[in-house]
Amino acid sequence: MIDFDITPLLPELLLSISAMALLIIGVIRGNHSTVILCWLACAAFAIAACIVLRMPWESHAVLNNMFVIDEFAAFFKILILMGLIASLALSVEYIYLERMARFEYPVLIMLAGVGMLLMVSANNLLSLYMALELQSLSLYILAAFQRSSIKSAEAAIKYFILGALSSGMLLFGISLIYGFTGSIDFNIIRETLSQAQAHSPGVTIGLAFLLAGLAFKISAVPFHMWTPDVYQGAPTSVTAFFAMVPKIAAMGLLLRVLMFTFSPVSGDWMQIVSFLSVASMIVGAFAAIAQDNIKRLIAYSSIGNMGYALIGVVAATPEGAGAVILYLFIYMMMTAGVFAVILCMRREGMMVSQISDLSGLSKNRPVLAYAMAALMFSMSGIPPLAGFFGKLFIFLAAVQQGLFPLVILGVLSSVVSAYYYLRIIKVMFFDEAGEPFDPGMSFEKRAVLFVSVLFILGFIVKPNLVVNSAMSAAKSLSSSNSSDVRSLVD
Amino acid sequence: MEQEGAIGIEHFLILAGIVFTIGVFGIFLNRKNVIVILMSIELMLLAVNINFVAFSAYLDDMAGQVFTMFILTVAAAEAAIGLAILVVFFRNKGSIEVDDISSLRG
Repeated sequence: MIDFDITPLLPELLLSISAMALLIIGVIRGNHSTVILCWLACAAFAIAACIVLRMPWESHAVLNNMFVIDEFAAFFKILILMGLIASLALSVEYIYLERMARFEYPVLIMLAGVGMLLMVSANNLLSLYMALELQSLSLYILAAFQRSSIKSAEAAIKYFILGALSSGMLLFGISLIYGFTGSIDFNIIRETLSQAQAHSPGVTIGLAFLLAGLAFKISAVPFHMWTPDVYQGAPTSVTAFFAMVPKIAAMGLLLRVLMFTFSPVSGDWMQIVSFLSVASMIVGAFAAIAQDNIKRLIAYSSIGNMGYALIGVVAATPEGAGAVILYLFIYMMMTAGVFAVILCMRREGMMVSQISDLSGLSKNRPVLAYAMAALMFSMSGIPPLAGFFGKLFIFLAAVQQGLFPLVILGVLSSVVSAYYYLRIIKVMFFDEAGEPFDPGMSFEKRAVLFVSVLFILGFIVKPNLVVNSAMSAAKSLSSSNSSDVRSLVD
Repeated sequence: MEQEGAIGIEHFLILAGIVFTIGVFGIFLNRKNVIVILMSIELMLLAVNINFVAFSAYLDDMAGQVFTMFILTVAAAEAAIGLAILVVFFRNKGSIEVDDISSLRG
């Protein structure tokens, strides 16, 4: 059974080969070439996105079922590539200003990107693990990228230790699942689980460990301890990257594992995931109130947002999965805009990150203040903006499944979290004006901010464009590669 | 074949469980040195390897042993990156005590 069809892997192959090519250019030309390498990397991401758009999206598994491409994976890949382009574009100016412009930066982002693209296509516990590690190892180094900063090193050490712990738990879970189902292939595991009359507790324990490992990657409570520290300590451009992209990939992986592979035992994981969801929403809402550092605030906000997204996972329907995808998309667009603003917070060439530093922004930089205000209203879910629709579809999918307690808790905690989003608006518009930020805003930041604000304001004009493709991507998940199972069992 | 005192799959699982637990506790209880944490992480991964090899022999399936090879490789890469980050931290702080990793909190 030799299966060497590699056409579905073209985006990943392109990115891995160009990562190596960029590394060689970097070694030859030295750190002067960082800016060129950044733009070359962006171009490679854009070409990869074009390849994903052009390839056939019907469900198709290659490399002996290790790797699957379907509408779900393709949609996630486009989201991830968009996030990669935006976060790398936001970084270019910052890494020069902070004097950390070394040529490894775009290469590491690219390798992390390859890992994330492979993650959403993983169809086997082995490819899941390898993709996850490729992504995580690159992220650990990125967190430590500002070598002279003790905060950055400390953030990286915390991230590394807790990340290694979580991949240990993930692996322990994988080993139990392998032992009690007899395979590491998603299709065969699913077949085995749906045939067994009473599945063994070993699988349930394995699944719990696997979920613990994945919950760490999406920073769901109680596996969230690393998030605030890493977000605060890592260089801000890396924080922007962490907040936008890796969680999308991890959520895509989680959706495939739970709603395809382990859908026959949905009773087992639903309770765990609803607990993760409720705990994340509550901690995200209440812990953020006390924060005065904006990067820590965004960390808690992202914990809370993952809690909302998990409600859609608990619903366990194609509508729920579609709502999660839509939510992640909208969340990524909003975060990109927020970080475009945060990266402008510099005084006399130094980065500042206290919320009080934003005071009087409406007088000094009105455009920035109004853009940030729109983003904050959207984050808190005020109706005509995109953030509202993200939450609406999640709650709708949950109500259809009768998950009223989750929905009520979700609405209540989003009211609480509205407090700290609105507080930022209050600081910007009504507080005594502080010293102005350094003038000027690079073209890339303007472009990202413009696209992000345009998206959240214009979403209501043509919502179907995004909603329909998210929903049809989610449908392809539950029906995916049923034909391959037969060919494999034969 | 089944004889009194023979080593079965459950013995391997219990061994792996114990080694894994020691690894996890090593991470949380250790307040002294980050190197010990790296050793504990290694211990966790080795426990998983015992699991995989035992299951692989029990199920008469090669996938588990292949997985073990991959884990060994990734563990080496992970240790290299962990030590590199530790060196960066040591250069800034001049210490690798666990209690010194505490400037970020709130």
